[in-house]
Amino acid sequence: MPFEQKTTWVSVVIGVLVPIGYFAAVLPQLADTSAADIAYQKPLVIAVIASIILTILGTIAMAIATAIGAEITGTGSVDDIDRKDERDISISRRGDVVAYYVASAGAVVALILTMLEYEYFWIANTLYLSFAVAGLVSGIVKLRAYRRGF
Amino acid sequence: MVRPTRVTNNIRILRFAAGEMTQAELADRVGVTRQTIIAIEQGRYSPSLEVAFRIAHALTTPLDEVFGYPNEES
Repeated sequence: MPFEQKTTWVSVVIGVLVPIGYFAAVLPQLADTSAADIAYQKPLVIAVIASIILTILGTIAMAIATAIGAEITGTGSVDDIDRKDERDISISRRGDVVAYYVASAGAVVALILTMLEYEYFWIANTLYLSFAVAGLVSGIVKLRAYRRGF
Repeated sequence: MVRPTRVTNNIRILRFAAGEMTQAELADRVGVTRQTIIAIEQGRYSPSLEVAFRIAHALTTPLDEVFGYPNEES
């Protein structure tokens, strides 16, 4: 498995877990609190920072695991860790294009919510959700391209 | 669904002819990942012209003996 594919797996797993954690913490509050009064800001910032830090740590852990794996099995090469070839770049671009469209669609929804004067809570969370989904879809498109051909 | 490429190749045969060169060795010489060599061999990925030339050089074979493309008229 190319190292880029491994790091895509890391970002997909984090891209699922962190937003689930965030929405599980925030959305239940809607049951007894109005959207305007929910303190979503701090959890949202924590979720974004957590995603970044976990992705960095996950990538480092994957690099170490790859190096140890190459050493133990004698297959593969540590050089693969920093090797990103034209196919990796093409696959990455394809994922990024899809992410752009998904994020743009989410931004349009947020724009409509803004014009309809919805609470900031809904606008901020729509934007976060669209970025989260965009990242996830991008990762899935990349993994699919790696697996099924390109 | 796998996107079919009409580019054919003889990399596998040529690797064995070149002293049973492994996919990893070819990947190292060309400067791509082993998975990219596998994808090219299996016809799942069409390499750029530059990588195609580098593969041909690594296999010390002319480009058109490494890769083929069906003639539209035939």
